[in-house]
Parts: sequence; C-alpha cells; structure tokens
Amino acid sequence: MTALFSLAWASLLNRKGSVILTIVAVALSVALFLGVEKARSGAREGFENTISGTDLIVGAPTGTVNLLLYSVFRMGSATAEVSWPTYRQIAERPDVAWAVPIALGDSHRGYRVMGTSTDYFQHYKYGGGQLLELAEGTIFDDLFDAVIGADVARELGYEIGTPLILTHGIGAADLGSGHENRPFRVSGILRSTGTPVDRTVHVSLEAITAIHVGWETGAKNPLADSIPTEMIRSFDLTPKTVTAIFVGLERKGTILTTRRQINTNRGEPLMAIIPGEALRELWGVTSIAERALLAVSGFVIAVGLVSILTSILTSLNERRREMSILRATGARPGHIFSLLVLESGLIGFMGALIGIVIVHGVFAAVAPMLQARYGVAFGAGGPGLLDLYVLGAVTLAALVIGAVPAVAAMRRSLADGLSVRL
Amino acid sequence: MADPVIDIEGLRFAWKSGPQVLDMDAFRVEAGERVFLRGPSGSGKSTLLGLIAGVLQPQAGRISVLGEDMSKLPAAQRDRLRADRMGVIFQMFNLVPYLSVTGNVLLPLRFSPARRKAAGNDPQAEARRLLARLGLTDESLLERRVSDLSVGQQQRVAAARALIGSPSLVIADEPTSALDADARDRFINLLSEEVERSGASLLFVSHDASLAGLFTRAADLTAMNRAGAPA
Repeated sequence: MTALFSLAWASLLNRKGSVILTIVAVALSVALFLGVEKARSGAREGFENTISGTDLIVGAPTGTVNLLLYSVFRMGSATAEVSWPTYRQIAERPDVAWAVPIALGDSHRGYRVMGTSTDYFQHYKYGGGQLLELAEGTIFDDLFDAVIGADVARELGYEIGTPLILTHGIGAADLGSGHENRPFRVSGILRSTGTPVDRTVHVSLEAITAIHVGWETGAKNPLADSIPTEMIRSFDLTPKTVTAIFVGLERKGTILTTRRQINTNRGEPLMAIIPGEALRELWGVTSIAERALLAVSGFVIAVGLVSILTSILTSLNERRREMSILRATGARPGHIFSLLVLESGLIGFMGALIGIVIVHGVFAAVAPMLQARYGVAFGAGGPGLLDLYVLGAVTLAALVIGAVPAVAAMRRSLADGLSVRL
Repeated sequence: MADPVIDIEGLRFAWKSGPQVLDMDAFRVEAGERVFLRGPSGSGKSTLLGLIAGVLQPQAGRISVLGEDMSKLPAAQRDRLRADRMGVIFQMFNLVPYLSVTGNVLLPLRFSPARRKAAGNDPQAEARRLLARLGLTDESLLERRVSDLSVGQQQRVAAARALIGSPSLVIADEPTSALDADARDRFINLLSEEVERSGASLLFVSHDASLAGLFTRAADLTAMNRAGAPA
C-alpha cells in the first residue's frame, strides 16, 4: 500500500495544476460548510454565555425575544417601561432573592449606557457563572461616576478619571442633543468578559434620573441646563421607571409559579421571561434559516466532490498509456483501482484539511471584528471534533467517489492489455 | 535441458466477436535463447505478446510460459507471474511521466516482492548499475524528469526497468523503431549483453528483418500465423 501511496502522490504532483484547482474547490466547499456551522454554534455559544444565574427577566409586555435582546444583548430597544413601585413590589416578593433594575436609552459615542444599582455587579453572572470583576478603579463612588466595559476602555482609550458626556437616545453620537452639562468620569473599568457587558457604560440609576431633570416631557426643556448640578445632587433621584429587572429567586423550583404570578400581575401589565427559554425561542426562529444554509453548504461539498470525479475522469484518457505501463511492469487490476481511489482520497483529504485551515484562519482574523460588532465571542477554541468528522467524512466520500474512475480505468486497462498505441 | 521458456501449441485468439487474429501451430523459446521474431504491423505480434505476458487469454490451444500453463492460470496468477519473472519493453512512451529515471527503473519492485528481493539490499545501486551498463552513466540524469530524456535514453531506461530484479524472460515490442541505425544497434547489443549476463531469455519482436543477425535465432511470425493479414 505504501508503494501505491507514493505512486499516487507522484501522479498528483505531476498534474499539479488541475489537482490544485480541484483541491481548492474542495477546500472552499469544506470551508463554507464549516464556516456556516461554526458561525451558528459560535453565535449560540456566545449568546448562551452572556447570561447565567439570572432566573427571570421582567419588563413591560413585548415579545419574549425582544425583551431578551434589549435587556441582555443591548440590541433593539424597549417600547415601554416598568414603574418604580412595581419594581419595589417584585423586589419585595418573598420568593425573590434579588432584583436588579436596569435603565437603558442613553448612549456614549455609540456604546449603550445602562443605569443600574451596585447590586448588578454582585448578581449579574455570565459564562459558567462568573461575576463581573473590576480591572481597576471602583464601582460608583459619586453620582456622576461611570463603570465602563473592557472594550469601551480599550477602543476609546479611556482611563480612570477620563471625563465623558452621555448622549440622549441610542442613535449616532455627536447629534448635539446631549447631556453636555452633566459630565461623568470613569471610576472603574471591568475585566473583559466576551459579552455585551464589555461594550456597555454603566452608571447609577440615580445618575440617569439626574441627567434627565428637565426632560420630563420627553424632550429637553430649554431651562434644563440652568439647574446647577450641585442643586440636582440634593434632589430625590429615585427613578420613576426602569427598563427591565433581572431577578434571582430564593429557590429555582418556584420559577414557573413566580413567572405566572408576575405575568398575571393585577396592577401594571408585566412580562417575565426565563433567559434560557427565550434563547431557545430565538433559536427556533433562526433554525429554519440555519438549516437551509447548512443544507446549501452541504450541497456545495457535494459539488466539490463531483469536481474530484470530473478531474480524475477527464485525466483517464491521457493516462491510458501510463496504466498499460503499470500493468506491464506487474501492476494487477487491483493496483490500478487502488491507485485511482487513493488519488481521489488524497485530493479529498488535502482539500478538507486546507478548508479547515482556511476556516480557522478566517475566524481567528474576523473574531475580534465580530465581537466588536455584536459583542459575542465567536469560534472560541481551536479545531474541534467537528473538523475531524468533516475531514474523515470528506476523505471517505472522496475514496468512495474515486471508485467510479477507478473501475473505469481498471476495465479499460484489462481491455487494452499491453497494446495501447498513441 | 531446462523447460522451454515459451512453448506454444495450436494457439488461436480472436478479439470479442472479431475475426481470428492469431492462429499458429508451434513456437518455442528455450532458456537462455535470444530470439528475433519478425512481424510487421497487423501480423498479430502485439496480440501474441499480450498472450505471452498473460494479459490476454487464448480461445484455444496451449501456451506455457516459464513452465506455467497460461491458458489455465487465473488472471491474478498470470499477473503475479509477469510481475515476478518478466520484463517488458514497448516501442516508445515506455516510462511513467511522473517518476524520475530511477523511479521508473524501480517500478517493477513496487509490485513484486520477489523482484525486490532479487534486486538485492540496495535497489537504488542496482538501478544505477543497470543504467550504467546500458550506457547511462551521467548521475545528473538519474533524478531528471523522464520527459527531458532523448528517445534513445528513454529506451535504455526501459531496458534497465525490464532487467531489474533478474526476470527470466524479457519481452521487447519494437523497442528500436524510434531510434536511428547507430543507436539501434548499440541498444540491441547492450540489451543482449545484459540479458545474457543475467541468464534471462529475450523475445525481441520487430518488423525490421535486418536486425535478425544480432540474435541467437530468428523466426517469422507472418509465416507462422495463418490468421495474419498480409502486411
């Protein structure tokens, strides 16, 4: 077999040009398939790693997926808010261990600003249950302190003490409709988490209230800026509303009951979601498109395999002479068969291998960009079992497909005997 | 006296549903003989060589090669016999284009453990020795692509390949038709010497009757083959 293997290898080298093209075709098809699958599982993993330890998320009634997206992933925005008294009611329920309110709606140079309490840093968990950690500085000491995520600090070059101005709304920055006269300063920088937290500016709920003094009508009162900041500090800055509430329960067993009770709340209409369940709903929506994409990329692999078949079949005519030389020097029909099957398998193997390398290269190159744009860490980890399966499956399929030209060559070499003339 | 290397009796062969191409009474090559077989194109010589090499099987008659009855031997064993004990030289395009000169010479050893054993501990050295005996002494030639070689050089590489691992029978099918007269005679002499040295028998087929004098015996296929089309 090793004798044939080196023969097959030499034969492929001799037809480098067309063989390389075929390998590229297989490599690209494998890269596409793996890319789709890795993007899919990477996105899921990234999303699923973003929140853990939070049993329920409560907000104003909206879509399950929508509430999850804006409260946890900072995508989209809330259409309604939850009043402060309602938040207090939920926080005081006997089955609730902790309830962290969050207020969204402002931004800083394209990064979302989230108002919350210091409890957030004690209860919000990501990944396998890790708490947020400060890389440096402290959580809110002063009313106008901000704790920024690792990406915000890195990309904007902010350090402890850097002043920053919030922008009203989440549109593009520098529209001027801002909170220019209420500057914040960076008091703490969080360690990188690979979640949207890295791209969030955290301030206290009271600060959110403070910068919106004079905004009670929804737009800025021309006199708002005339209220001195020092005076605002003496106001009661308890928020009127919050955007959503992260809830941890005393006992996990009550989760369904608690959710039902919140959903059927007699006062203000509310919606409570279980993060994992909402994620599954999101996957349910995306899985149809995912499956279609996987099917298409699977067919592209089939096309790649057919290109192996084509390239070997078309080479057979010009290799007739070669086959009869091999026969004359003692090759049995089985040798001819194995030679061509090996060539096909080698092309498939190298194509798949290169495809895997391409996918990992591309993901390594674009992962930071994807993380910057979507706040989700893609394709963490090197080659996995899936790559191995694909490598094996494509090689095997190429070996099987190689039987077609192999049988043709074997038959022909039997019929030709030693007498092929060119 | 040893068994004849080739022993043919009443041999008949036709391609599937085609006319008879070979119909001959008797032909023998004794051990150690170097036989010239004259046969113009269309005389059935390629068919005869195919039968002797064991890639074809006759419809009738008996053909025994190296003591084996080829008409009764299964295909796999005929292949094995050829791999182990025969060397074949074609008219031209003898070499596998993607192997080096030595790679081509060593090719039979890939398919036959017996030949590998017979070639000794250092097949590379044996290949170089044979090539040198056949006048290819230039070391730089050995790793060159075979397509860079002249036709004469290619035929000598083919001869070295047919001789490696000491086969008992060398079959040559018009190996000199592409060579000029000088190169042709030199090639035949070198081939004959090496065949003799290794104790093999040689069956050399050509349309060129003027070569007959270079061999121990000459025969004429047109005369022997009743089915042969007039040349």
